[in-house]
Amino acid sequence: MTLELRGITKRFGPLVANDRISLTVEEGEIHALLGENGAGKSTLMNVLYGLYQADEGEIVLDGVPMTFAGPGDAMAAGIGMVHQHFMLIPVFTVAENVMLGNESTGFAGKLDIDAARERVREISARFGFDVDPDALIETLPVGVQQRVEIIKALSRDARVLVFDEPTAVLTPQETDELMAIMRQLKESGTSIVFISHKLREVRAIADRITVIRRGAVVGESSPTATNAELAALMVGRPVELTVHKDPAKPGADALVVRDLQVTDATGHVHLDSISFSIATGEVLGVAGVQGNGQTELTEALLGLQAHVKGSIELDGHQLVGRSVRKVLDAGVGFIPEDRQADGLVEDFTLAENLMLNRSHGKPFVRFGTIRRKMLETFASEKLVEYDVRARGIESTAGQLSGGNQQKVVVARELSRDLRLLVAAQPTRGVDVGSIEFIHKQVVATRDSGVPVLLVSTELDEIAALSDRIMVLYRGKVIGIVPADTPRETLGLMMAGERPEGVVA
Amino acid sequence: MSTPVKVPVPIDDDIPVTGMRGALKAPIVLGVVTMLVSLLVALKSRQGDTTFRLATDTDLFELPEITVPSTPSVTTIVILLALCTVASAFLVSRGRRTPLWLVALFSVLAMTGFLCWAAAGAAVPVIGLLGGSIALAVPLVFGALGGVLGERAGVVNIAIDGQLLFGAFAAAMFGTIVGSPWGGLAAAMCAGALVALVLSFFAITYFVDQVIVGVVLNVLVIGLTSFLFGQILAENPEGLNSPPHFERIPIPLLGEVPVIGPVLFRQTILVYLMYFAVFAVAWALYRTRWGLRVRAVGEHPKAADTVGIKVNRTRYTTMLIAGLVAGAGGATYTLVSVPQFGEEMTDGAGYIALAAVIFGRWDPVRATLAALLFGFATNLSGVLSVIGSPVPSQFMLMLPYVVTIIAVAGLVGHSRAPAADGIAYRKG
Repeated sequence: MTLELRGITKRFGPLVANDRISLTVEEGEIHALLGENGAGKSTLMNVLYGLYQADEGEIVLDGVPMTFAGPGDAMAAGIGMVHQHFMLIPVFTVAENVMLGNESTGFAGKLDIDAARERVREISARFGFDVDPDALIETLPVGVQQRVEIIKALSRDARVLVFDEPTAVLTPQETDELMAIMRQLKESGTSIVFISHKLREVRAIADRITVIRRGAVVGESSPTATNAELAALMVGRPVELTVHKDPAKPGADALVVRDLQVTDATGHVHLDSISFSIATGEVLGVAGVQGNGQTELTEALLGLQAHVKGSIELDGHQLVGRSVRKVLDAGVGFIPEDRQADGLVEDFTLAENLMLNRSHGKPFVRFGTIRRKMLETFASEKLVEYDVRARGIESTAGQLSGGNQQKVVVARELSRDLRLLVAAQPTRGVDVGSIEFIHKQVVATRDSGVPVLLVSTELDEIAALSDRIMVLYRGKVIGIVPADTPRETLGLMMAGERPEGVVA
Repeated sequence: MSTPVKVPVPIDDDIPVTGMRGALKAPIVLGVVTMLVSLLVALKSRQGDTTFRLATDTDLFELPEITVPSTPSVTTIVILLALCTVASAFLVSRGRRTPLWLVALFSVLAMTGFLCWAAAGAAVPVIGLLGGSIALAVPLVFGALGGVLGERAGVVNIAIDGQLLFGAFAAAMFGTIVGSPWGGLAAAMCAGALVALVLSFFAITYFVDQVIVGVVLNVLVIGLTSFLFGQILAENPEGLNSPPHFERIPIPLLGEVPVIGPVLFRQTILVYLMYFAVFAVAWALYRTRWGLRVRAVGEHPKAADTVGIKVNRTRYTTMLIAGLVAGAGGATYTLVSVPQFGEEMTDGAGYIALAAVIFGRWDPVRATLAALLFGFATNLSGVLSVIGSPVPSQFMLMLPYVVTIIAVAGLVGHSRAPAADGIAYRKG
């Protein structure tokens, strides 16, 4: 099926999310939609899928203009979508999820669950998936959940399949498998729209590439283009893709973690006796697929976890059992993985956000009163120093873009004397320009002699910044390896395998 | 109960207990109850025999009365209770869960022991105790079913009490006007649906906090019915507030089965309707397309939307059906034993129904069992005060709530609400 989008425009109030976007996807073609977070890719796909109505423009399938009042119409027309955040119901089985909205029924609306099971098995067999129709979604690994999404779309005879950032949650191996599946789908005549901001993947799989920036198409490209060319198109200026840094000059071990165990209230073990150390002037990268204990590790370091056993020593002082306040006072800086939930108060001004970690006393509070003049001077300086694009220090954090919000968090954490920096997903959902800036700040922090713990699910980021890499899998350390370890080896380790020669 | 409904395992039956705290709860509660029962004997030993009457005067086959000496029986039962507790503690120490049958056996034993003690020198009318429990539980069951439906679709319904009360009022007034209990029942269901409609309008269409709307509706219904009662019904009680009531209809054959017959099958049509409603709601929720969609909408409305299900329309229709069901519960107050409406006559039963929803884990059958438990405890306090128990009457009034708390705290494990319960759905 040939899909054509003609002059799609979508506005949210004064914001133009999609500005006269046109693109064509031929039958049996993988067409990549490349753009930064917030460029308007997802909005465009939501228009295509009937979740939003376009203000202008039309959707044409095989030459016939269509109007979609809702996702039901889009599906009926043969458009399927594999969502970035899976649209699966965790407490339902695979078969129930696949049949939902498209149920075959018997007497009085009685569900024909056997038919749904059969459909799951049939499609699984066709693509070599190993999916149990009676498994509960919440018990399945994300890679399998994604296959359920694919099965769901195919069970409705989708002939145009949209993959929205499908690799964000996958291991490198799972990503390779997904690409194989996409090629197989393409062979069978399905048209595929592949949305991504990852240059490597786009070049590996796409037949054609359309680049979107600030809601408009800025160019078409072919997979033979170089990373630098694509990145420049995507960002609108030449971009430094590699991080320049001098070799580390590690000193003595500053952070020493021994037999750290973290459990939750129900007794489930999230970190299982892990031990590692970080020297001054060194970045330890923590790699792993999301949800393998990284969140618990960073929170345990800060004192945010309730059930912690083992020892965390910073410069010889025990941190386990201390309050968060005392841990911060010991010189720990923390860039949390979810800046909107944990990093900022969105309704506070930038100035207020910049003093959040020092709200109890010096230098911003004297006799229980905030020293406004001093705070304003400090905040204005930091906005300039950290290149935060905002109207002023009285703007609220919620008004900023993701990249600028993150720069506010980084500014706050780095503008005091640190003994340790814990950076969890510091560039998630951040534009390329801000990524460059934040990476430079992390390296500068290291060079000033501060040990850095960097958690990231982006292997490229880990490889670019780390001096050593620790791989976490199901709460255990699979190994701590040098920064120049090949991607493939790291990928295997992220899937829980310990290659020869690697010591845990 | 009616035919046992085979339903797929509800959401979280098999969550393994990894922490000790969850699993330890059962033996601790069993131990505490054992101690309480043994304290009864130790502190206030009672002389005389206890008689359990298992038959009514009209039974075809009359079961003999069972008479046991009070103190020795209670002592024996305390020993058995202690054994159950030890067994449970043993299982938990081996890392296993306390099985449900053990808890059930324990509960029956503990209740028998308590009755042996409380009714020493008197006779316990077992049939009346159980049959009355069901009659008392009817509005709770209907209310809880309505609550389960609404919450499974993602709308928290605090207004169950308002639905019951408005249903009771409508049943009394329209039943009298039409001169038929069926007319009253229909009016009650419509009244429940009307409250549901108002709740849905604010909660679904205007995203108002569902708990607040629910509470406000309850207060509104109390005010409205009291006003109308004072201004209209009280002026003309014969013409507006003396509805005809449903008679008991014994079911042939089934009604003659010893114990079960008189308890379950010599009831009013409303009780039979309740059996049907429990079955119908459970079947519809787990076995039909409609139920699958309702549950999807309550768990993950966005996912439902992306497969073409109209989220808010589904919520509206489910809430209306839930309102019809809850309203039918209200009819029980005015169309059965005392056929007339009184101010605030539900006495907060809707909140108990809401509690039944939660410790029935949002499952129609379990919520029904929870409501029956509460009905039993309420009736027990009544029966015991009639046969003259040594327990102070104030304590007897507490009994239903104490039993409920023990059941919730001790015997219901981890429960999880539908994920989108109480959250209005906005597109985009």
